[in-house]
Amino acid sequence: MLKLVVVVKFKEGIDDPEGKSITHSLNLLGFENVKKVNVAKQYEIFVDVDVSKGREIGEKIVKKLLVNPVIHDYELRVEEI
Amino acid sequence: MKVAILQMEGTNCEEESYIAFKESGFEPEYLHINLLKKGMLEKYDMIFIPGGFSSGDYVRAGAIFAARLKAKVWNDLKRFVEEGKPVMGVCNGFQVLIELGLLPGTDGISEEPEAALATNESNRFECRWVYLKKSSDSIFSKHVDDVTTLPVAHAEGRFLADKKIIEKVEEQNQVVFRYVAPDGSKPDYPWNPNGSVNDIAALVNSYGNVFGIMPHPERAFFWYQHPDWNRVKREMGDGWQIFNSLFREIIEAKNR
Repeated sequence: MLKLVVVVKFKEGIDDPEGKSITHSLNLLGFENVKKVNVAKQYEIFVDVDVSKGREIGEKIVKKLLVNPVIHDYELRVEEI
Repeated sequence: MKVAILQMEGTNCEEESYIAFKESGFEPEYLHINLLKKGMLEKYDMIFIPGGFSSGDYVRAGAIFAARLKAKVWNDLKRFVEEGKPVMGVCNGFQVLIELGLLPGTDGISEEPEAALATNESNRFECRWVYLKKSSDSIFSKHVDDVTTLPVAHAEGRFLADKKIIEKVEEQNQVVFRYVAPDGSKPDYPWNPNGSVNDIAALVNSYGNVFGIMPHPERAFFWYQHPDWNRVKREMGDGWQIFNSLFREIIEAKNR
């Protein structure tokens, strides 16, 4: 069994309205030194394949559904569990 | 002219859309993605992807609908577009067309998305009437007034793309409608409800047959659906003009 961990975040320069909202809220809660928050989505995908195939399948999943390359960057980690 | 109104789990504007096409002289039919098979789209003359949600809009709005369509009938869809048949998406349908790479389609069809409809700048679901200014003539807009009003209802409608794509979209006159302030000037929030680049509200591809629009023409089809119905006299709603434009440019043109 493999765990594919995919973290999808906004590319540098792409506006992140959720991050901005959270920054504002944290400032209101007294954390005045919080300057920026980036929000990312983490997917943990459990697949029953050999470790040698993990990355290939992960990349396919990312490309087919999880990422829009116009606005997103991603990290993919393959973990044996 | 047969129109396939695609449905998926979460679609919720198919009935208004069905009525809009029917009343405009088309023959609409519902087609659920779970019933869709290779070769099935051929018998239709137009494809319409309605608004609402799809698969809870998880991952990104429209992304799952697009991925399912791509896995099932991508070659059929590409052929449909290349044959010049019209494809139209409203709201979630527009998001699907962007995710598929059929829009903006600056160079026809793209295998990867060329743009995104990202989360609104306000980080909120924006639901209200907006003003639209026609920016170019297409089969979808030729018989539409210069300024119309339609409702928006979306959380992800901010059109974004690389500078080069945006330049090409503008150069090729692919922007069909832009958000505009009530006095006709460049809109700030909330008149541009989502922060869309260049106030883009609707686009057509470079071939001129694939059209996506964030506001909902099918929700303003009849005069009595407008909030100012008792102050402004209309024969039909502003959204009707888009369906009527299609009718006149496609069906009437054929019989001419």
